[in-house]
Amino acid sequence: MIEARNVVKTFGEIKAVDDISFDVKAGEIFAFLGPNGAGKSTTISMLTTMLRPTSGKLMLNNHDVTKEQANARKSFGIVFQDPALEEELTAYENMQIHAILYGIPKKDQAQRIEELMRLVDLWGRKDSYVKTYSGGMRRRLEIARGLLHHPKILFLDEPTLGLDTQTRNLLWDYVKKLSDTEGMTIFFTTHYLDEAEAVAGRIAIIDHGKIIATGTAAQLAKQTKTRSLEEAYLELTGREVRDETSLANNGLNVRTAMRNRNIR
Amino acid sequence: MNQIDVIYILWLRQMKRYFRSRSRVLGAIGQPILFLLALGYGLGSVYKKAGQGNYLEFLVPGIIVQTLLFSGVFWGIQILFDKRFGFLKEMLVAPVSRVKILLGNALGGATISLIQAALVFVISIALGFRPENWLLIPLAFLLMLVLSVTLTSFGAGIASMVEDFQGFQGINNFLIFPLFFLSSALYPLTNAPSWLRVLGEINPLSYSVDALRYTLIHQSHFGLGKDLIVLAITLVLAVAFAVNRFNRIQA
Repeated sequence: MIEARNVVKTFGEIKAVDDISFDVKAGEIFAFLGPNGAGKSTTISMLTTMLRPTSGKLMLNNHDVTKEQANARKSFGIVFQDPALEEELTAYENMQIHAILYGIPKKDQAQRIEELMRLVDLWGRKDSYVKTYSGGMRRRLEIARGLLHHPKILFLDEPTLGLDTQTRNLLWDYVKKLSDTEGMTIFFTTHYLDEAEAVAGRIAIIDHGKIIATGTAAQLAKQTKTRSLEEAYLELTGREVRDETSLANNGLNVRTAMRNRNIR
Repeated sequence: MNQIDVIYILWLRQMKRYFRSRSRVLGAIGQPILFLLALGYGLGSVYKKAGQGNYLEFLVPGIIVQTLLFSGVFWGIQILFDKRFGFLKEMLVAPVSRVKILLGNALGGATISLIQAALVFVISIALGFRPENWLLIPLAFLLMLVLSVTLTSFGAGIASMVEDFQGFQGINNFLIFPLFFLSSALYPLTNAPSWLRVLGEINPLSYSVDALRYTLIHQSHFGLGKDLIVLAITLVLAVAFAVNRFNRIQA
């Protein structure tokens, strides 16, 4: 369902993503882990058509991400790392805009919006402005929105950041249900290894732009002769604290590098 | 059909944002009104003594263009807001071409500027301004519409290039104010010192002011034909600039 072949993304001198390849099968829950600045967000940006890969090939639902953008875009829903809602509009209006952007037939719009907003328990607050929503409510709304056009793939970029335990549990239960009952493919990143261990079928660990290990949580533990995913992860990526910069990138931050237009 | 829906819903979003924030409606026309009052009345008698006639009449078209310039280009900040607060990503990953996204949003911005310019027009009438020929008013509003699309596109293009609000502010100081002050909005170019006249004549905004002045008070420096040609060229260039820059945004 998701296919990456020898994908490279450079920002000038900096290799943010360095020749990665992986496959995610239909219906699979796939976790993408790595320290800050390892290339997770760059990979998601490329998969979701926001960045063009420097070289290599990315396929979503058998559509080439760079050549068949529109079809690739219809195949996925995404919950961004930072909220991407229009705060000055109501929750319902946000859903409506999404429905129209994704060409959902007019006759189905109202019903589908209601269905999903009930599902994330926001129907009672549908006419409130998003700016009055709490962090957890916004996340739930974004998930409902990401599912509105029945995507085959759902990307979740650190979806539980800043959420309380109740909301986190609710979110993951729901994600598992989507995968089980609808066969939806889930691709997520997180810094909470317990989440990855509990939810993901397979896990890839990326560091310095390269995938350094792939497998189930148990396989990764076995491979590193450790007892848990967390230990395996630390064994693989080292214990030192990362910034968004990394030494491999000459200490340059990827976002800073992107701003520097001369070297693009 | 869906294509029009997309442009419409993005336009509607801009409208909703605008009308729900009353302070924005009032704030944006405060400055032009201040200019009308302070300059129109303050300089009116000097202007008359110099034998140039009624300054308020001369000033109103210039202030209407000022309103379109400031609210149009400032509207570009909306794109920066969307970048910063994430909604731009939601639009950019949707299966819709960027031109449509830009078009829907920029037409919303243009409508907002046009509403503000219309408000300034109404207020200037309350202050005693009388158009020369009411039959030319539809033409005046058509010119204002073209100019608002040009200027919002210009603002959108700039906003797509800069990364933060400070950068946008800098452009404002070094581009927008000179464009305004070095146009024929505040003073006639005819008697201006030659260096100022040259600057005024290479400033495309002067031609918009001139065209509007022709339709409102029947005065013209360049002649309407030349005005319209310059207006058309700037419209095309501004839209091309906006499309080109917006297409390059990498979120």
